[in-house]
Amino acid sequence: MNFFLLSLLKLGLVAFVFLTALAYLQWIERKVIAHVQVRVGPNRVGPHGLLQPLVDTIKLLTKEDLVPSYVNRFFYLLAPVLSVSTALVSIAVIPFGPEIEIFGIRTYMQLTDLNIGVLVLLAASGLGVYGVALAGWSSNNKYALLGGLRASAQMISYELPLALAIATPLLLYNTLSLRGIVEAQQGYFFGFLARWGVFSLFGLLFIAFIIFLICAFAETNRIPFDLPEAENELVAGFHTEYSSMKFAAFFMAEYANMVNICCLATHLFLGGWLPPFPAAYGSQYIPALVFAAGGALCLFHGTVNLYRARDKYTLPAFGVVFLLIAGLHLAPPLMPVLVPLFWFLAKTGFLLFVYIWVRATLPRFRYDQLMHFAWGWMFPVSIVNLFAVGLLVALFF
Amino acid sequence: MPPQLPDGVPLFAYLLVSAVLFVLGVAGFLFRKNLITVFMSIELMLNAVNLSFVAFSYRWGKVDGHLFTFFVMVVAAAEAAVGLAIILTVFKNRSTLIVDDVDSLKL
Amino acid sequence: MLDAALFSLFAFIAIACGIVMVTQKHPIASALSLIGVMGSLAILYLLLGAAFIAAAQLIVYAGAIMVLFLFVIMLLNAGQEPPARRTSLLAKLLGIPLLIVLTGALSFVVMLAFGHGTVVKFGTGTPGSAEDVGRALFTTYLLPFEITSVLVLIAILGAVVLARKEMD
Repeated sequence: MNFFLLSLLKLGLVAFVFLTALAYLQWIERKVIAHVQVRVGPNRVGPHGLLQPLVDTIKLLTKEDLVPSYVNRFFYLLAPVLSVSTALVSIAVIPFGPEIEIFGIRTYMQLTDLNIGVLVLLAASGLGVYGVALAGWSSNNKYALLGGLRASAQMISYELPLALAIATPLLLYNTLSLRGIVEAQQGYFFGFLARWGVFSLFGLLFIAFIIFLICAFAETNRIPFDLPEAENELVAGFHTEYSSMKFAAFFMAEYANMVNICCLATHLFLGGWLPPFPAAYGSQYIPALVFAAGGALCLFHGTVNLYRARDKYTLPAFGVVFLLIAGLHLAPPLMPVLVPLFWFLAKTGFLLFVYIWVRATLPRFRYDQLMHFAWGWMFPVSIVNLFAVGLLVALFF
Repeated sequence: MPPQLPDGVPLFAYLLVSAVLFVLGVAGFLFRKNLITVFMSIELMLNAVNLSFVAFSYRWGKVDGHLFTFFVMVVAAAEAAVGLAIILTVFKNRSTLIVDDVDSLKL
Repeated sequence: MLDAALFSLFAFIAIACGIVMVTQKHPIASALSLIGVMGSLAILYLLLGAAFIAAAQLIVYAGAIMVLFLFVIMLLNAGQEPPARRTSLLAKLLGIPLLIVLTGALSFVVMLAFGHGTVVKFGTGTPGSAEDVGRALFTTYLLPFEITSVLVLIAILGAVVLARKEMD
């Protein structure tokens, strides 16, 4: 098939799935935080609130698009564009699975495999600072300016230990291309333990994983590092003066940054799309098992063990859908495509769940504590970690 | 028959771009009054020189030009840090960023 | 043909942003156009096969140094430049033509030396990957590398001392 046509098809598919996933990530976040706080969350619009993102999008699109008269117009309009475009561009280098063959077309499950893939992700997150700083400055509002400057100072301070934590597993994999990094994690220790990043070097890379996660929280301005945009501290931080679609753009940029960083963590440390135990022990049937169990549970709670009257039709419907997906995972032509995709999405989904879990649980850092944490603790620890891993790799590998 | 566009770009085109950017940097350095804009013109000159280095590195097929670019970037980073700290101090002492007004050693 | 199109587009963007940078009155507009110059130069590096340098340009120059510039401009609240008080007609009459003469002289020398030289095709710029740059950096250029680390340390110390508040 023509290369350009295939790339366009892949681009359309990835863009559609990514943007829908961003919207539904917000739904997942609201539901998880609600259940942590022993309440229900959105459940009025559609079954279990599943149409809430759609309704929110319509609301944001039809809100009055206000541009205050005292803002610096050009930069005010440029800031969300910068934020969103740098956040969305990283999905082009993230692989979702191995090389597959559908209908005779061999292709990578990735938009483009650059041999400097990791550096592109770092560059995109570095350029994302400008959207925040410009938004804060152009709003001509002291809270927004303070929030914007604080947020951008925080982002560039935590970029340094983030880059060092990324460099640490790269010492083992010897490549910057994300596909090469995942392929370097193939194989199993002692025949059953996956050769993932976190288990490598006798578990020493686990420290790098923790450093990466903490810096990822700070890079994406999420709790516990979200003082610059906390609602009860600085009105709304750098996006105080933004409304409707421009605000939605910043929102989308934040979730896109989250997804990108979780995908990067999955590829660097958790083995990308590789299963945790060998296929010889049956790891390719786990996805079908998981979906079948979920479908059976939904069907059980929807028919026999009915708790709420309004679940009478929706839960069995979900049950049937899950059983269908389980059946798809067992179909031989689709198995090499869906099973790696399932493992990748499961690991990334787990990291996103950790993000939301931490948001519901931890209090936030004060700004000077946050900066001291970056420069006084994260930076030296990541340097010592890099040094120790480098020494081990040089001496024994 | 439409003219056939060349396959590839001649190297001197890159060097021309580098020359034009360098001259623009010189213009900014000589004509502007704001201290920070003067400093940014210096960065523009450094970028133009980087482009020259990389173009010549392509010409000779070696990686040494890339290395020089890398070192120029590192030196530019160090210079930007110290230079901006000096600009902050000048502003703190004289309350002005206009180059013409910073014209005497005595405050 | 795609080479020529991409090169023309990004060279045009680079020069346009350069002109905007030198003529804009507000420092933030100049800073943003300089970021535009650096971004288009990164694409030109990619066309020349320098993948690592392109990424380093975006991460270091456009992602860190220019953020520093932007911070200082925002902190000092540097507004638009006031109109110059002592304008010199001679400077205006001589300045711009002399600049054009300088550009012409440089271009003439460049075309004389390289007018019939190599043609840059995308994909033929080897070596340029991170592996090649890293190998040269740590073998041939090890001493300059270590010296630049000392230089960066000196710069950090200098910046911290200069920007510190007075200890009373």
